[in-house]
Amino acid sequence: MPKHTYLNSEYGLKSWLLTLDHKRIGILYLFTTTFFFMIGGTAAALIRLNLLTPGGELVAADTYNKLFSIHGIIMVFFFLVPIAPAVLGNFLIPLMIGAKDVAFPRINLLSWYLFVTGGCCELYAIIWGGMDTGWTFTTPLSTHYVNTHVIAAAMGIFIAGFSSILTGVNFIVTVHRLRAPGMTWFRMPLFIWSYYATSIIFVLATPVIAITLVLIMLERFIGIGVFDPTKGGDPLLFQHLFWFYSHPAVYVMILPGMGVISEVVACFSRKRIFGYTAVAFSSVAIAVFSFFVWAHHMFIMGISNYSALVFSFMTMLVAVPSAIKIFNWSATMYKGSISFDTPMLYSFSFIGLFTIGGMTGIMLASLGMDIHLTETYFIVAHFHYVMVGGMVSAIMAGLHFWWPKITGRMYPEPLGRLAAAILFIGFNLTFFPQFIVGYMGMPRRYHSYPPEFQVLNVLSTAGASVLAIGYLLPAVYLIWSLKYGKIAGPNPWRATGLEWQVQSPPLTENFTETPVVDFEAYDFEWLENHTKNEVQTVG
Amino acid sequence: MRCRPLDSQTLAIPPTHSESGHEHSPHLHHHFASVDQQREASNFGMWLFLLTEIMFFGGMFTAYLIYRNWYYPAFVAGSHWMIIWAGTLNTVVLICSSFTMAMGVYSAETRNRKALLRYLTATLLLGFVFLGIKAFEWHNEWVEHHVPGLNFSIHDFTHVDPRYPDDKPLSPDMAEKTQTYFSLYFLLTGVHALHMLIGVSILFFLIFNAWRGAYTTGHMTFIENFGLYWHFVDIVWIFLFPLLYLISRHQ
Amino acid sequence: MSEELDEPTHHAHTVVHPKVYALVFGALLFLTALTTGVSYVELGVFNAVVALAIAVIKGSLVVLFFMHMRYSSKLLKLTICSGFFTLFVLLSLTMTDYISRAWGLW
Repeated sequence: MPKHTYLNSEYGLKSWLLTLDHKRIGILYLFTTTFFFMIGGTAAALIRLNLLTPGGELVAADTYNKLFSIHGIIMVFFFLVPIAPAVLGNFLIPLMIGAKDVAFPRINLLSWYLFVTGGCCELYAIIWGGMDTGWTFTTPLSTHYVNTHVIAAAMGIFIAGFSSILTGVNFIVTVHRLRAPGMTWFRMPLFIWSYYATSIIFVLATPVIAITLVLIMLERFIGIGVFDPTKGGDPLLFQHLFWFYSHPAVYVMILPGMGVISEVVACFSRKRIFGYTAVAFSSVAIAVFSFFVWAHHMFIMGISNYSALVFSFMTMLVAVPSAIKIFNWSATMYKGSISFDTPMLYSFSFIGLFTIGGMTGIMLASLGMDIHLTETYFIVAHFHYVMVGGMVSAIMAGLHFWWPKITGRMYPEPLGRLAAAILFIGFNLTFFPQFIVGYMGMPRRYHSYPPEFQVLNVLSTAGASVLAIGYLLPAVYLIWSLKYGKIAGPNPWRATGLEWQVQSPPLTENFTETPVVDFEAYDFEWLENHTKNEVQTVG
Repeated sequence: MRCRPLDSQTLAIPPTHSESGHEHSPHLHHHFASVDQQREASNFGMWLFLLTEIMFFGGMFTAYLIYRNWYYPAFVAGSHWMIIWAGTLNTVVLICSSFTMAMGVYSAETRNRKALLRYLTATLLLGFVFLGIKAFEWHNEWVEHHVPGLNFSIHDFTHVDPRYPDDKPLSPDMAEKTQTYFSLYFLLTGVHALHMLIGVSILFFLIFNAWRGAYTTGHMTFIENFGLYWHFVDIVWIFLFPLLYLISRHQ
Repeated sequence: MSEELDEPTHHAHTVVHPKVYALVFGALLFLTALTTGVSYVELGVFNAVVALAIAVIKGSLVVLFFMHMRYSSKLLKLTICSGFFTLFVLLSLTMTDYISRAWGLW
């Protein structure tokens, strides 16, 4: 283990809470997002337990409504949106581009404090009674008809939104201005392209939900009437504004994962990513197109048919860049030298499950299908396939892949593979039945359901318990590895990338001298030719 | 090891102070290679922040666009109650303040401390004038019972307006919709005024620092970036003025 | 440290002459008077068009000259345009709904 690292350069709580080191800030975010993941997961467990019986007797209907609302808000705004950018992005972006830190380190720290503040506000809303409108705050339900803590919940998200905005600004400026000499745009790892695209969405979309939540709070507080039909307002205006952010937000939730997959697939196929330019541009294309499709969440809500047609067509288009990535990753693996380490297993998970999620998304993009399937469990299954099957697999892949870099230790590989398999099995067992019950008509957001759906629901809950093990097991062995894991060395995976050319864990300033880059990304041939005789520290 | 001069990276090296003999400005943060790079990065970051402000106001403009088209007569009636001289004067005040701010940036660039102080103070005073006039208008709206959700009354709109005697008063149905107009009015001008307040507060801080000579030694990034913010807030008002005050003065 | 290998990180920092500012200032005042004056003239639907057009011109003058967009790098110009483009997307795609509602209040 290297003597001096970013972890032991300073000791004490203050050195962590007042740090300007992007790596420490990434770790801070890891703690907070994991904490929120556990809260969201607990809500999910209670939901699935309640759905074991058709009568839904575990919790009252009102409580059930609060559970799925809390699950949605926490998982979307306090886990999936921040985790990849704020944890992996913060830690890795400067390392990957050869910089000493992000462009604005103090703003980086501020963004974490804003996140924590928003989170505390949200926790207050939850503990003091919760809110039950669903994470989508649909008006006029949220503004006039419920008496739960809508304002506090909205305020928490509003504050956390600024955390996203600041992170986005930081990343964009960092990628534009702090790349090492010689690192042109097309020599960057594709990971950076994905995070750059994500940051564009952060900057342009998040403010719209900020103002929308302000409007909700004002409407609720003083009744300004902007969404109230009795005062001439249009409830659909809320939905237009809400989904203008929330649709690009789902691409915020998946794009960083795609960046991770590019890195992992390249490394464990020992090949450069097929079609680098296509993959790079597809990230930006996803970010741009994501702004044109939001009303596909509103097909049955009362928008005009012509508008629905336009959005349906656009939604079909937005799938194309995602598909391009899947094809390119597959082509990368073709004739590659594949090894089945844990990060790669999670990547396989991602590619398969994201494809299923994506294709069901195309089904939903078509108006006729959507009218039948919307507000059913088919939608729930669709987005869990992309979010959990896709993004969470990617997060696990990234966490395992860069764990040795972040901590200097290796996790136990056999347990890693076991956990990946458990996650895959548990995930499919949980969510595939939901496609079926949804198609058969079981509506979402109801605490009870017709008895004919019970078998599949029981199957789904059983799957959820397996899935839970798939999350708990890594938590256990990753923490175990901090003390007992094998020392990793700088490059246990023999990967390309600047982050693998520094010690594990890195120094606080990352590089003692500025690297000069004169090679392309994913240059595995050079690596193979020059490291044949090196002793690897990890077997 | 691939890229020079990183060969020593894999060995644990105690962190050395990376300056090894080059002079650098006390303002230069260590992760930047030069003051120029830092300034450009800051500037770029500020512009990106302004993009978020465009979208923040954008949501409100969307609401305005829709409701103005749905309830045009109500919007006309509501707009008639705006104090045109106050709005026009406020527009002129903000344009003047934008000019003085731009001149302030120029003063910082030419390292003229006294001029910078004068222009920043002028900008501050003009900002206060704007807020003062705004407060006067809002007070007026309160007195006239035009504040939605708090004391709104449609009386003024269901009776003939003495200043526009040829205009028919609105039906009660459409008169109710004037509340939408005033909601948007308070929302837009309120959020705008909040941004003005923040700007004015930062100006105090800037003036104090400028007096101590902080921005006339060649490091004027803060002034430059604040100028961008101030101009942006002016642009928002440039749009708010016709949209709220000038809907239909001829009717 | 050589920066030549990378794309130019320097953009020539232009100092704008106060004369430019003064001219723009004058134009803005004139346009303000114009927009207020025109609002008293009956132009039907074109009242809104003229008012918005004048506002766009005024805003453009501020962005180009006071905010130095005219003298900025291509990157900055692209960034500013993308912001306005996104706003345009928000407004126009939302309008595709409202403008085509058969039952609507249009």
